[in-house]
This record gives sequence, structure tokens and C-alpha cells, in this order.
Amino acid sequence: MSLLIRNGRVIDPSQNIDKVCDIYIDKGKIDKISKKIKTPSGKNVKEIDAKNMIVCPGFVDVHVHLREPGYEYKETIKTGCMSAAAGGFTSIVCMPNTNPINDNASVTEYILLKARTEGIVNVFPIGAITREEKGEALADIGEMYEAGCVGISDDGVPVTNSNLMRRAMEYVKPFGIPLIIHAEDKYLSSDGVMNEGVVSTKLGLKGIPGASEEVMIARDIILSEITGAHIHICHVSTAGSVRLIRDAKKRGVKITAEAAPHHFTLTDEAVVDYNTNAKMNPPLRTQKDVKAIIKALKDDTIDAIATDHAPHSQDEKNVEFDLAPFGIVGLETALPLSLKLVEGGILSVSDMIKKLTIKPSEIVNIGRGTLKPGAIADVTIFDPEKEHEVCPEKFLSKGTNTPFSGWKLKGVVHKTIVSGKVVYSKN
Amino acid sequence: MSKKISGSDGIKDFISDSFNNINKGNLEALVVIGIKTRGEFLGKRLVSMIKDKTGKSVHFGTLDITLYRDDFKNNKAWPQLQKTEIPIDIEDKDVLLVDDVINTGRTARAAINSIMDFGRPSSVKLAVLVDRGNRELPIQPDFVGIKIETSKDEIVNVFIHEVDKKEEVEVIKSNGV
Amino acid sequence: MAFNRKNILSLNELTQGEIETILDTAESMKEVSSRDVKKVPALKGITVVNLFLEPSTRTRSSFEIAEKRLSADVLNFSSSQSSIVKGESLVDTAKNLEAMGATIIVIRHSMSGAPFVLAREINSSVINAGDGSHEHPSQALIDLFTIRQIKGGIKGLNVLIVGDILNSRVARSDIFGFLKLGANVRIVGPGSIVPKYFEDLGVQIFYSLEESLVDVDVVIMLRVQAERKSLEFFPSLREYSKFYGLNKDKLKIAKKDVTVMHPGPINRGVELSSEIANDPKSVILDQVSNGIAIRMAMLYLVSTGDKH
Repeated sequence: MSLLIRNGRVIDPSQNIDKVCDIYIDKGKIDKISKKIKTPSGKNVKEIDAKNMIVCPGFVDVHVHLREPGYEYKETIKTGCMSAAAGGFTSIVCMPNTNPINDNASVTEYILLKARTEGIVNVFPIGAITREEKGEALADIGEMYEAGCVGISDDGVPVTNSNLMRRAMEYVKPFGIPLIIHAEDKYLSSDGVMNEGVVSTKLGLKGIPGASEEVMIARDIILSEITGAHIHICHVSTAGSVRLIRDAKKRGVKITAEAAPHHFTLTDEAVVDYNTNAKMNPPLRTQKDVKAIIKALKDDTIDAIATDHAPHSQDEKNVEFDLAPFGIVGLETALPLSLKLVEGGILSVSDMIKKLTIKPSEIVNIGRGTLKPGAIADVTIFDPEKEHEVCPEKFLSKGTNTPFSGWKLKGVVHKTIVSGKVVYSKN
Repeated sequence: MSKKISGSDGIKDFISDSFNNINKGNLEALVVIGIKTRGEFLGKRLVSMIKDKTGKSVHFGTLDITLYRDDFKNNKAWPQLQKTEIPIDIEDKDVLLVDDVINTGRTARAAINSIMDFGRPSSVKLAVLVDRGNRELPIQPDFVGIKIETSKDEIVNVFIHEVDKKEEVEVIKSNGV
Repeated sequence: MAFNRKNILSLNELTQGEIETILDTAESMKEVSSRDVKKVPALKGITVVNLFLEPSTRTRSSFEIAEKRLSADVLNFSSSQSSIVKGESLVDTAKNLEAMGATIIVIRHSMSGAPFVLAREINSSVINAGDGSHEHPSQALIDLFTIRQIKGGIKGLNVLIVGDILNSRVARSDIFGFLKLGANVRIVGPGSIVPKYFEDLGVQIFYSLEESLVDVDVVIMLRVQAERKSLEFFPSLREYSKFYGLNKDKLKIAKKDVTVMHPGPINRGVELSSEIANDPKSVILDQVSNGIAIRMAMLYLVSTGDKH
């Protein structure tokens, strides 16, 4: 079946396109973008009216926790993919901290097999840097690469041993995949549970200083400089981190970075009343940090928007703040929260789409995020103006752990198309 | 719709009637205790009349019965606590409780319970300015200033100088509100 | 002034008026405690559960006496006997207690914010009897009550808090309480346990005890909490005592009529020299009897009005 998307405002930053026109999709690939495409005869063509909608490459999220294998009660590959589709994401990159940890090719193959059979969007796994994420010995990086991993990361449990990190960088470089860095000095964050600052002081909660992130970014920038490896900094949360990354980029270091919607939307004030749905790592920071991240998105110091989608069960979150696990879901709120940057005049809608499509695709080198003729037809159609209220109960993710419950936001995904097939439709 | 029942005369008469009824033979044993808020001032007037007429100072105390109320789980308003001050040991004393209005008798019941927690007086008597009927407990005042028949939905207001800058007793008919 | 709160979770969220209402109510409660029969029927038929998930004898006893003086039915749950040890979550435990008819739950917990979790999940009133290193509202109210009695008021006083501010829930409640009632608050202690962020709340920070004592009306000595790992933050008790222990000579720097308070139990010779602990300027024992009155006031105020 072919698809003909009519009358949408087509925005594809990879080709500098921003115009109202039609897109013809055939055999799962982009065939043509042009005004008033005639309906091809003799074919089974489904037409989609995208009037007043934006039509763009399917979103790519380089930071998702799918929880399978091992934590299927939090999320499965199936529900994680459904959640992604509902948020307009056609490709998601999943972190290795499952159980067992994705530190060898058989786990990678299991994830990919599950994704092929049950997932409605494209899943690209990330392998662990070290075996069992213990920070002691390198994982089977080469075999995982062969099996389909698009990067390596010790997300959540950073490699403390600097020498081992250096080896990892040297080892991974020839494979051409990035090290995805969760930058955190665990000694500095100690057993902190939120940003260290006035709010944590008032609440009597242990703080995680911004320095714990910055110290590790600084280390890894230096290691990247001596190894030449591509490092990608996850979920940048502080003004200090932005400064380090901006400076490194200026000096030509192979570094990219992402920011999560919650980090450019909320401050640590959201934790008041001990709201465990505002507990994540890195934590929500201060207004000064939020401003720095927004500026960094604008000047491209931060390349991509990534959700750090981290579903947990309600029972796990409905406990004392210290006991609640870190993380919030993000796939189904990323677009409307990013659109706030457009509404606030910080990013053009085209720049926002760039940070959700071609940029993240380039970071992990997966060749998506574009509508170039011949490219795989991953497409997202959304209504940027339509307002809705965030209802966690209606999420397709198993996780309802979001601090945005009840927020009224603009931007609704109308249709999500993967390889020329509509996988999600707003009813 | 309010109806004036009495002015300052009624209150004056109540104080002097109460004075006349007191056993003057044993004023050393008398403890006048005013129930907060307006009973306190009525009690004080009685004490000063005793002083004027007999030259004797009798013991005086105040009682806030809030903590003894039996209705405070249903009470929507927040009952503010006031100070209870009973300056002497009431063991074997003649306690005279003074209050402005008696209605159901529950305030008097609370006051008696409260007094008993301070000790065992040899007698407890009750003087009220207005008895408006509607008793729910078997309690009768010993001295009454004004006796009127009221229904439960009526409100009796007592105004005295010390609190209200005027001296008056009125009944308000609530028009089925 | 009316008290419309169902819960008392922190002094940070109370207004000046609400704090004063608690203190005024405690005055009346103190009178009850001076009677022969130290019992009034105010909370008759109300079940109060003392859910103490962290060991505490003094605070629990004080609450229990307060509850009994108000004629409440009292149930004590401690960490060793509660089902939380068996893996039940705090929320489930609280829901069970509520189902058993608890009108008020007094909770002590080792983690900051635990009373807020309860208050979100159940309809019973919740009173925070100390949570982690967050707040200890009743203790600070006692301090305010005691100082108000001694000094006649709080406004304009120079109040100094000495010691492990970072890990102390008493410190936080005292800071919020004294600031709200118009005192000038200073804190002093080793650099590693005096968080600079308190400056943003209007607190003056000192590192020298001698400098901080100048012109001070009230000194609140915090306990060095060995069990709360104070010792990770400074080298030794000996060194701490040398720089931050209060003795007669140092106390001379403060105002002549300075009052010294300690939430107890005292580590004699560490925070306070024995001569000060026994000095009439210290009001350590006064605080214990005021504690019952304050807790009676808290229990009374959360249970009155249309809250349940």
C-alpha cells in the first residue's frame, strides 16, 4: 500500500524544506515531495489529509529505557514502542540497564528480535561499556556492535575508573559508535536524591551537586581529547556542564550532547511536597541551569532533545522520597514540552524538529530523521496548536510517573508512520 | 427579626438577686467562678457587690469549658481556647458557677465536670442571667435572672458593657434559615 | 485566629498566625497540666496512633502523655513491632491504621518527607514528630513557647543555633519558626555541616562560635548526632568540642540574660560543659514540661473543626 499525505506543512531540516505540499510514500520509502501530487493510478493509495498539520521526519529518541528483559512490570518493548509512537517517535535508542544487562550479543539479539516481532517502531539498542555495568572489565563491545548496538553506555552507573574509561574509548573508536555518557561522580552525589540547593536544604533531602555531573564531563572531555573517541553527553542538567561542552566543541572535541524536556521545563521547586514524580537523575536543577540549557539548545551546544524515558510502577513511586527510584516517563510529553520552546521564541519549529530528528539520528548514525527521497518512510504528523491536558492514565506507556500530570499543553501527534505504515493514529 | 427582652435593669436585678440568695454566713468558703466569656464579667460584678455590701473579698475564678464540650466533633467552627484560672483549692468550698444563658444544660454539665477535676467542693450552685428552656439534661439553675420560653431555632444574645459596649438581652427569630 | 489545618507537617508551611495560635493554645494546655486531675475529655473517642518508625523515647512519651491528658485512645506502633519490618509499605501501613479508626497519626520516620506521603494518601490527620533531617515541628514549637515565656516575645531577638545544621531537623524547624516570628537567626558550626544555602532564607552564617555569640539573646545547642553520621563531616568530637563546645567563658560574649537551650539528650562535655547544663540560664528541663503542653495543643488543633 502507498500513502499520500496531502496539504501538510512539510518540514525537513535535513533538506531545508519548510513548505505546504504533499508527500508520496511507496514501498515503505519516501518517493516524492512536491505540490499537488497526482494520485497514482492502478495503485492502492491511502490518502491522509494533513491540512493545518506539520509533517516531518519521525522523531528519534536517543535515550529510552525499555525495561525488557527483566523489568516487564515497568515497561515492555511492546508498550515502550507504543508509547513512542503515540509521542511521534519512530526510532528509539534503548539503554542497556535491563536484567540481564545488555552487555553481550545474545541480549542485544533478544531485544532486536522482540522489537521486530512486537515493537511498532524502530528499536536501536545501546550496549554496556563494562560487563554487568560493574565498571571492572570491558563488555563484549565488538560483538554487540555486530549484533546491532549503535553505541555503548553505562547509563546510571558511570565508569569510575578513569583508566578503564580511557580503554573503552580507545577500543570503541574503530567501530565508529559513540560512548553515551551518563556523567556523574558517585562520590560527589553521595546518596543524594535531588538537586543540592535551597530547596533540598529546606526539605532536608540529600543533595546531588551540579559538580558531580560537571566533574565527570570534564574528565571525559579530556579522555576524548587523548583518544579521539566520540562522546555523547546524556541529559545535560547544569549551566556548568553547558559551559564545558560549549568550550570543548569550540576546541574541536568530538562531543555531542542532549537535553531532556524536563530539564529545560522544570526546576527543583517541583520537588516541594516530596513529589516522587519529580525525582530523576540527574535531578531538576535551578532557574539558572534551565536558562543555560535553553540557551545551549538555541546555539547548538546541545544537539538533540532526548527524553530519558524511565518508566516505573506506581507502587515503586508511592513511597518515601528517599526510597523512590529515579526517573520519569517522557515519550508522550516530549513534543508538547519542546513546542513550548517554539512558543517562547527560543527555537524555530524547524530547529526544534531538527533536534528531534536528523540531529539525534546523526549522533548514533542510524540514517533516519530525514524525508529525502529514497529514505525509509518514517514520518510524524502533528497538530502544533491543538491543546490537551496531560492524563497519565491515558498514556500507552505502562509508566504514569510524570510531573506533568494535569498540565495543559499545545501539540498533539496526529499520525505516526514507520516504514510507510501508519502505526499510530489519534482517534 | 430580633426582640429586646431586657435592658441593663434586668442584668442589675440578676446580680442583686443572686447576692440576696447567697448564704452570707460562710463567705470564706464561697468561690465564684465565671464561665467564659460573659459569665466571667457577670461573676466579677457579683464579687464586687459582695465586697461593697459586706466588705468581704470572696474568691473568684474563671472557667473555659471548651475542652469539656461534647459537641466539638460536629462543631464546624473552631472553638478558641481561653484561659481557665482557679486561684485556690476548691476542696470543701461552695462553688457558685455564673453564666449568661442556660439552654440545653450541656455547658453547665461541662462546667461541673471541669470543676470536679479540680477537686471535691462541698457544693456547686449555678446562677444564670437567662434561662431559655429546652433542657436536654436534668440540670436546673439555682438562681435565674430572666426566664423565657424559646424554640430551638431562636438565638438568645446577651450583651454586656465589658465585651459588647452595651447592656441588653435579645431574642432573634431565625426565619427558617 | 482560626486553625484550619488538618495536618501539622512542618513549620515552613505554617503562617506566623498559625504558629501563634498553637503557642496560645499551649498556654491553656499548660494550665490543665497544673491541675490535680491532669486530664480533660477533649479528645474522648478519638484514636491517636503513634507510628514511631525510628527509635525515640522522649518524643513518643511526651506525645503519649499529651494524648492521654486529652482523653484520646492511644495506640503505639514502633519500628520493631510494625509490619513495615515485614516489608509492608508505609502507605499500606497507614491505610490499615486508618481503617482501624485512627483519627490522628503521629509519625516519626528516619526519612525526610515521610509524613507528606501519609498526608497525601490518607484522610486521618497527620502530625510530624520528626522526619529524617527535614523538620521536628513540635520541638521547635517548644523552643518558641519557652523563649516567649522567658523573654516576653520573639520579635527582634538574636537567636543562635550551634552545631550540625545540615543533618538536624530541629535546626530547620527552629530556623523557620524563629524567622516567621521575627527573630534574627544565626547559625554556626564547622563549614562542612553549615549549608551555605541557608543564607538565601535570611539566616546569618558564622564559622567562629565566639564571633557568632556577640549580642545573642538565645543559644540553641544542637546535639552532635553520632548516629546521623556527623562524624563524616568533622575530624573528631574532641576537635568539635574545642571549637564549638559552649562553656562559661565563651557564653560571657553573649548578652547578660542569654538563655541556653538544648533539645537533648545532651552529650555533656561535647556541646555543653556540665557547668552550663546545670546553670539556671539553661532551660533544658523547662522544655520537657512545655513539650506536653505544645503537643496537647497540636493534637487539639488538628482535631477540632470540620476536618474529618
